[in-house]
Parts: sequence; structure tokens; C-alpha cells
Amino acid sequence: MKSLHVSTTINGDPVEFICDPDEPLLDVLRNRLHLTGAKEGCGTGDCGACSITLNGRLVCSCLVLGAEAQGAEISTIEGMADGEQLHPLQRAFIDGAAFQCGVCTPGILVAAKALLEKNASPSDEEVRYWLAGNLCRCTGYDKIIAAVQVAAAEMRGA
Amino acid sequence: MALDQPKREFRYVGTRPNRPDGVDKVTGRAQYGADMTAPGMLTGAILRSPHAHAKIVSIDTSAAEAIPGVRAVITGADFARPEDDFLRDVQENCMARDKALYDGHAVAAVAATSAAIAKAALKAIKITYETLPHVTDVDAAMKTGAPVVQAGRALESVPGGMSQNVTHTCEFGHGDLDAGFAKADLVIERSFKTAATHQGYIEPHACLASYAADGKADLWCCTQGQFFVRTLCSAIIGMEASQLRVTASEIGGGFGGKTTVFIEPVALALSKKSGRPVKIVMTRDEVFKATGPTVSSSMDVRIGMTNDGRITAGEANLRYSGGAFPCGTVDMGAQAAFAAYDLNAVRTYGWNALTNRPKEAAYRAPGAPQAIYAVESVVDELCQKLNLDPLAVRLKNAAHKGTLSSYGPTFNEIGLEATLQAAKAHPHYTAPLGPNQGRGLSCGFWFNFGGNTCVSLNINTDGTVGVTEGNPDIGGSRASISLMAAEELGIPYENIRTIVADTNSLGYNDVTDGSRVTFAVGLATIKAARDAITKMKSRAAKFWGIDEEAVDWVDGAAVPAGPNAGKFPPLTLAEIAATSPQTGGPIAGHTEVNVDGAGVSFGVHLVDVEVDPETGFTKVLRYTVFQDAGKAVHPDYVEGQMQGGAVQGIGWALNEEYIYGDDGRLQNAGFLDYRIPVASDLPNIETVILEIPNPGHPYGVRGVGETPIVPPLAAIANAVSRAAGVRLTELPMSPPRILKALKG
Repeated sequence: MKSLHVSTTINGDPVEFICDPDEPLLDVLRNRLHLTGAKEGCGTGDCGACSITLNGRLVCSCLVLGAEAQGAEISTIEGMADGEQLHPLQRAFIDGAAFQCGVCTPGILVAAKALLEKNASPSDEEVRYWLAGNLCRCTGYDKIIAAVQVAAAEMRGA
Repeated sequence: MALDQPKREFRYVGTRPNRPDGVDKVTGRAQYGADMTAPGMLTGAILRSPHAHAKIVSIDTSAAEAIPGVRAVITGADFARPEDDFLRDVQENCMARDKALYDGHAVAAVAATSAAIAKAALKAIKITYETLPHVTDVDAAMKTGAPVVQAGRALESVPGGMSQNVTHTCEFGHGDLDAGFAKADLVIERSFKTAATHQGYIEPHACLASYAADGKADLWCCTQGQFFVRTLCSAIIGMEASQLRVTASEIGGGFGGKTTVFIEPVALALSKKSGRPVKIVMTRDEVFKATGPTVSSSMDVRIGMTNDGRITAGEANLRYSGGAFPCGTVDMGAQAAFAAYDLNAVRTYGWNALTNRPKEAAYRAPGAPQAIYAVESVVDELCQKLNLDPLAVRLKNAAHKGTLSSYGPTFNEIGLEATLQAAKAHPHYTAPLGPNQGRGLSCGFWFNFGGNTCVSLNINTDGTVGVTEGNPDIGGSRASISLMAAEELGIPYENIRTIVADTNSLGYNDVTDGSRVTFAVGLATIKAARDAITKMKSRAAKFWGIDEEAVDWVDGAAVPAGPNAGKFPPLTLAEIAATSPQTGGPIAGHTEVNVDGAGVSFGVHLVDVEVDPETGFTKVLRYTVFQDAGKAVHPDYVEGQMQGGAVQGIGWALNEEYIYGDDGRLQNAGFLDYRIPVASDLPNIETVILEIPNPGHPYGVRGVGETPIVPPLAAIANAVSRAAGVRLTELPMSPPRILKALKG
């Protein structure tokens, strides 16, 4: 099969890459673009460690083809901070010890950001159900939910 | 201050500063096993047996080798054959020799210039198998006449006449069992089964190996113990350990499952053969099939109790299978089973049997969750039948200082009674329950370990400090180590940077396991800091022209010990450091020690559940963890261990299991069908930290990481049994099992 040439935007930057037609976007991000923040935990869309947003929609990048990035706006964990300024969610996770090994953290942060952009005042239950697609094996989720709520409050200006 | 003089007032220890790897982990900057690359890197891939048990008759790699882009193909023949049984088993598990012993057992591997070419090369390898009868159930494996997984592996202690699959036996306990049972008013005997489970770390195993033509090699891998990886890989490849430098990446979870090697020797062998760096990353399917799940178990427990709740005798027969290779985990289960109790008559018998399943690796307190699940279930049933309060019964029989434990040693100060009292006083214990709801509790225990530990603590000339230690950080330990260094040195936490070093930079460090790092590396860091302080005091003494004994260290500075020593203003660490190149050279403290004195950690878990009688579904309503930490150096991370371990136990109790088909193949090798808890499954996990100082550590620290996985299994089984009105004796208590038990 012939390789494809894709032009896209990632974290606000124009990006071009070559990929195989059957190559997942996750592999393109990690292996071709050296954006290793998104992780492969399962390759089958069950763990959420590869979460990114594609045209504002939260997706598992292991279930998206590199080809589908053509002309799209992609956001990854690498684009969450603004230079030196961490996003309130990132700060809340550090302050609240909301990660241990940290491998699920990029996916959870991307997912949490997508939630708060849709719903600025989620209940704990709404946060839990929104994050049900992001597996964490270390924390038991407790401190994650608390940190999301701390960030949500800050972002509401509360 | 002498190491055995306990410190109980703290300035930095016990606070909750941000961890040093925090920014890296929330920005995607942290580098895990699969995040490293090297110039000229090849992709490695592994071919695995599709049979549960088969002779490997022949392997023809010629077609694979002929594919353009394939740079190396290897089989078991490319590895050394270590003399030592243990090492040889690790090697054979990494790549089969004459037999495939389980579905997913590695039989060959390739390195190629792309993942696609590697995949094609695997397809081109021709293997002729002769399938053999297989066995996956531990009790079936113990029967004479069962298919023999490996012959001649039984230790001498195993009685003659048993199936060759029985490799190991053990016995612990003391006292007269018959007399004990005779004293009981009620004796209950039950049989239990638990399925194998997996640690479920989100990061699959990954490594990058680079073997140079002069026989030196570098290995980057996610691991809990880079020094042990060096030992294993050098033995399996056949090279000197000193020629192999292993660097631990950040690790995406381990829980014991990354304390050994699976793909690392394969990557090294491929790199050696191809002359180029080789990267191997496991798929999730491979992780489930071919890394190290827990044992599966079949257990009988018999306990006798008087009408007023005194346990008069306890007996357990534990049959574990650690997969296709000999496994001694049943020892730990047999020792832990009755550890929470002060008993006059107790006996545990343990057995290990081979099955055609992957080789077991540790999972947080290996062997203990199963055994304690069985014991705590029977204790709970006795309480139900005798109409006794389960907490009161635990308190009545609780082990304490001076108790002769069921596994041999006499306990020093322990925190079991304190955790039980805390549970009794907690509002959770008396909160009202509704229909179809039940409350369960369980004690839990883990031994904890010390071990070989080396720390270097360098006083930088700008007054900051670098701590170099050798244990991968799986729970926030770098923060705790920096806190202990700050406490000793008297300088702010932010001025200290703790890193995890490669195998060339320090003496040998035992694996990050046994809940040992905050305890042992912390103790070694305290010693190294005191070593550095001694040297800094010596520089101050010279500067002031007084005796070294006349110098004290207070709040981060050298001070004269008393008015007679002289009127000198304090010399801060920064000042001493700044002039150190001129006053004798750079200053550092060192420790190389085998740490003793680990303190056991007891915990008690309380859980409320609701069981839906129509669907068999169990909802966890409320969960509280009580645990003795000795001294919580960084309370956030102690809480994290308690919450994380509890949730792993919830998954184990309610849903997680390895499901084998009649063909001996693993049916659920993915996160969809091996269902671990997700955020919406759970309530908040409340934590209560007790602090009964461990006399073996200057700050009283006890390891905490493993104990939390032990109580949930029985706590939930007891809660479900009470909610459903019927005793469940098999894990996991998935909805079909609960419905079956309800139907009777």
C-alpha cells in the first residue's frame, strides 16, 4: 500500500507527516512526531491512555487513523500548558497528588479538560461517569475526582 | 543522634509538598519504557505459542530471515543455559526450549526495520508443534494421572506418590490442633477458590536494548528493579553483569509484575545478533498471556470458636498454582493466613502445583490475599452463626506485642489493635443499612522487607543537595526520600533533588518491592545524610579551630556545641558547601547497607455493599481503609497506597479473573473482558492512617504499599454474603456467581 501525506494542525502548530493507510494516529503521534505524551495501554480503545481531542471531540487516538487527521485540529497533552503556565487541571493534579505512576494522567487530563469545556459544574458522579473510559490502576480514582473538582472551581472563578 | 534513637517531632516529614516528577507527569514530558528511541533502532516482535502445552518439534526461520529488512531472528537456542534452577526457569519463560508450556509462551523473535516487516517475519517462521494434553486447574493438576507440565521439578520435601506437578510443600504453626478444636463450641470448615488475576498496570512492558560489538550493552526498560534486571539478563544472555548497564525508565505501574524480565533478554539477544538497538513493546494481549499473573488457588480452612468469640484452633490447607514453573508463593500465603490472630493452636499447610499457565509474578502481598480471604470469611461466618460482633471478635483474638505469630516470630509493637479500635469508633461501623445491603470487614497483613540499599547524597557547592538512589519510584517515594533528607539536613525540601540512578552509579539495590522503599531507602538516606553532616561538621571544626566533637548540627547549620566551644556564628550548609573545594574537596554522604528491622503493617477494611437479587450485581456503597503506617512521611502517598490497593482488591473480589477455555487458552486477554474497576464503579475511598512507630526505623516508618490489597477480598465477600443472605466461597463474585448462589 502506498503511504499517505497528511497535513494537519496539532496543538495550534501546522504539521505534515507521512503515514501508512492503516496506521493509527496514536502511532503517528508517538513514532513519527515524537509526541509521546499519549500512551498505548491497550491498542483497542478500552483504556483511554491515548486520549486526544480531534476537532474538539474526545477520542482514543488508537482508534483513529493517521489519515483522519487530514485538515483537522488535534489537541494532545503536550498542548495543555501555555508555555510555562500549567493549566488549572495540571496544577490541581500536582497539588492534590492525583497520580502515582502517571501513565494514565495525560489521557485523564485531556478527558477532564474536554468535560469541563462542556460542563463547568459537574457533580462527582458526572465526573466519574465521564472518566469511566480512562483506566487508572494506581490511585483508585479518589484523588483524581477531587482534583478535577478543585480545577473546575478555579476555572469557574469560584 | 544514634540510628536507634527514635525521632518523633518533625519539621518536613509528615507534610505534603509537590512531588519532583509532578510537572513531567502532567505535561507528557516524563519518559516511560516505550518513549525512548535510538538511532538505527529496529523493532522487535515475538512469536508465541498458540497451544497450552506442546512439544516444539522444529523451527524453520529461513523464510523469515530472507525478508528484506529483517536483521535478526532468534529462538531458545540463542540463549545461555544457566546452571541455577531459578535463572534457568526465567530464561525458559522468556523463550521456550523444547516445549511450549502455556498459551502465549514465547518461541521465537525477530528484529526488523519496521513493525510491519517484523509482523510479516513472524508469520514466515514455520514451527511444527506436537500438542500435548494440558491442565489449567490447580486441583486437577495435583491428581495423579494429570498431564505433567514439567517432570522432576519437585523439591525433596514433597512426599512421594504425588503428581509430578506438585513441586513444593510447606507447613507453619504451633500448638495442639486436636485439643484446640475440642475446646470450640462451634467449628466451621469451608472450601474456597480464587481465580488468577493480573496486576493490570496500564503501561505494557517495553524496553530498548543496545548491544555493542565490544560486548558492552545498555538497556532501557520499565522495571521495578534495574539491578535485578542486570543480574537476570546477564545470566540469560551469557555476559558479565558489569558490562550491562540498565537504566530504569519512569514506570507506568508494576505492583510486583515488573520485578522480573520477559522481553528484556530477548531484546538484548536480538540487538547482539543484529548489531543494532532493538525496541520491544508488548501488546496488551501479550501482557495478559505472557507476563506474570497471580497464583490461582483452592483452599480449605477450618476454625473453631467458643460461644463468647475466642478462636481456639485454626487450620488451613492452601493449594496454589504459580503456572508452568515452580513457585514458592504459597509459603507467604501460609505464613500470612492467621497472622492477625493470637492463637494457641494453628497450622497451615501449603502446596504448589504446576499448570499450563504463565509463570506467576508478585502482585502486592503475593499469596496473602487468597489465604486471608479464606480465613477471614470463616471467622465472619462463625461470628454470624454465634451472633457475635465481628469487630469485637477480632479485638478479642488480635495479635499484639508479645504474641507468638502463626508463622514463627514474636511480634514487636504492632498496630492491629489500634486499627481495629479506630474502625470500631468510626461512624461507618454503625451507619444504618438498607434492604439488600450488607457490611463486611477484614483484617490484613504484610511482612514488609528491608534489603540491600545504596544511597549517595551529594552536597552541591551552591548549597543544594542531590540524592542518588537505586529504586524506581512507583508510588511517590522520591518525594518521601527528599523529605527525609530535608529533615536530617535541616534544609528546605525544594533544595533537594532525588533521582533514581542506573546500575553503574550505585552498589546493588534490591528491587522496589516488599513495601521497602520508603522504609529502607529512607533509612539509608537518613544514614547518608548523617554521614554528610559528620563531614560538614568536620569542615566547620577545622575552620573554627575546635574539636569535631564540639560541633553540633542544628537547623541546617554547624554550630558550636556549647558556650565553652567558642562564640562562632552558625556556618550554614550552603556556606560550607561553597568553600568545600578549598577545604578538602566535595562533600558527600554514602550508605551501602542490608537494611533490617522492617515493621509489619496491619490494616482493617470496612465496606458496605448492595446486591441486586435480580441481576446479581454488587454496588460498593461505602469503603473505609484503616492502616498503620508507623510514620506517614508524605501522607498523600500513604493515602494513595491505601486507596489504590483497596480498589485493586475490589476488582479482584467482584470481577477480575483469568478465564481459560477447554483448549487451555486464555479467553479474556484484554481490558474489555478482563474488567478492572473504573471511576464510575466506585465511591470515595476514605482513609484513616494510624501511626504506631516501627522501632526498626529512626522515624518509625513502616512500609504500607502491599497491605491494602489484602483485606478487600474478604471484606467484600463478607459484605456480599451478608447482603445476599448466602455465603460466597469463590472469587470473583461476579453477577452470574451471585445469582447461582442465590438460587441455591
